[in-house]
Amino acid sequence: MIDVPIFRPLALAIILLLSAATMVGVVLQRRVTSPAGRETVANLNARIRSWWLMIALFAAALLCGAQVTVVFFAVLSFLALREFLSLIPTGSGDHVSLLAAFFVVIPLQYWLIGIGWYGLFAVLVPVYVFVTLPAIAAIAGEVKDFTARSARLQFGLLLAVYALSNAPALLMLKPMGDYRLPPAMLLLFLMVVVQVSDVFQYIAGKLFGRTRLAPSVTPSKTVEGLLGGGLVAVAAGTLLRGLTPFSAPAAAGISLLIVVAGCLGGLVLSAMKRDLGAKDWGRMIGGHGGILDRMDSVCFAAPLFFHLTRYFYT
Amino acid sequence: MTRLIARLLLAATRWLIGAEIGGPADPQAGRPTIYFARHASHLDTLAIMASLPDSQREGVHPVAARDYWGATPLRRFVAVHCLNAVLIDRAAGPGGDALSVVADLLASGRSVILFPEGTRGQGGIGKFKSGLFHLAQRFPEADLIPVQLDNVHRVLPKGSHLPVPLRCGVSFGVRLQRLDGETKEGFLARARTAVTWPRGVSQTGPVATP
Repeated sequence: MIDVPIFRPLALAIILLLSAATMVGVVLQRRVTSPAGRETVANLNARIRSWWLMIALFAAALLCGAQVTVVFFAVLSFLALREFLSLIPTGSGDHVSLLAAFFVVIPLQYWLIGIGWYGLFAVLVPVYVFVTLPAIAAIAGEVKDFTARSARLQFGLLLAVYALSNAPALLMLKPMGDYRLPPAMLLLFLMVVVQVSDVFQYIAGKLFGRTRLAPSVTPSKTVEGLLGGGLVAVAAGTLLRGLTPFSAPAAAGISLLIVVAGCLGGLVLSAMKRDLGAKDWGRMIGGHGGILDRMDSVCFAAPLFFHLTRYFYT
Repeated sequence: MTRLIARLLLAATRWLIGAEIGGPADPQAGRPTIYFARHASHLDTLAIMASLPDSQREGVHPVAARDYWGATPLRRFVAVHCLNAVLIDRAAGPGGDALSVVADLLASGRSVILFPEGTRGQGGIGKFKSGLFHLAQRFPEADLIPVQLDNVHRVLPKGSHLPVPLRCGVSFGVRLQRLDGETKEGFLARARTAVTWPRGVSQTGPVATP
């Protein structure tokens, strides 16, 4: 992986960017004096510290090989589903379904990726889990809120397990033609474009944000942020096309799609948080909130990116 | 050996429930404290014990029902030896001396965890039994600290044996004050309100109770 030509410059660019961010954070901490400003800066610095850790963990997982990467994402799914179901109410009749979701569905979904069984990977949740879990809950016999409870669990699994697992599923793809890079490069491309998009939407939003995208859902998403962040992400994606089998226009187009899908993912999950009266999904990642707060955009972008790449390039 | 098992058990609990521990109460060392909470899961006791700071856990004794926790050698070992629980007879009836062991502990300056419902409820909170009131009257120097539990009953509901790894909230509430001339019913109603964790506050912490 390290001998992929574009890998070293990318790693260097990420380290430089984070170092610069860390220094900006230190300067801001000294300069900013207003209470609200200090709070924003403290949160910014917590975010930057978390970025170092998250990137180190993700890089370690990638470098350890495909199996470790798959397990890494299985753990993310586990934590994300846990955050989701901890805030979403279920009933006492859901106990067995919940156990199955955590201890059967997650291992199975990621095991299928590990052994490369695409056919079953793609239908496990929408077909087999869809049929089985509501049936288990029905047999358990509690009918109160049955429709809502079944729907919540299905949505949680689709989001935190099915959608998210499309990211490591990229390791299964074998693009045609003379593309010969390790499969982890497609995953790296996806993650970099999604996260660059998120980070620069945040920065552009803080600097230039005026027009809120959906004021009733979230104060933090702005049109200016989306445009600024999207522009940087599309540029980054186009520059990084060497990681992928895409031509320059195709890389730009698919990066744009990742940006839009990621933004919508953040919006949808924010609407859910609003509905639940919660600010964040969890507290696991300092400054960011929970796993789902960081992975919301990946959950929406990964399935689209996986299936488009699979359809057009394999 | 027992200490090691106890520590492992508490660490496993903390991992399982990913406890969000919070709350204003900071129990004063050397003063007997009555922690009380609603009871919906066998995990309640473990969750509270796991959330107490190491320094305070030493002198705290959960009050557990003998008919369940004393029923098998394993349960007895976990309850009595790992968690320092005292076992009481629920069947002793109202006014019976079920709580005399608890009173002895408080008299010797130790603290207890009490579940005033007496049994695990399903869904809502059941009626509080009068034991808490009598103990509060008898030991005016003891602090009364409500413990608000969130999600614990979903991790291990009544009747199930395998826990679902959901995040839980354990929050030590504001000390319950004793009001002069308050009736038993009034006191118990206030105590009951104090342990309620309203839905949707997982992120912001429980509402402070007067």
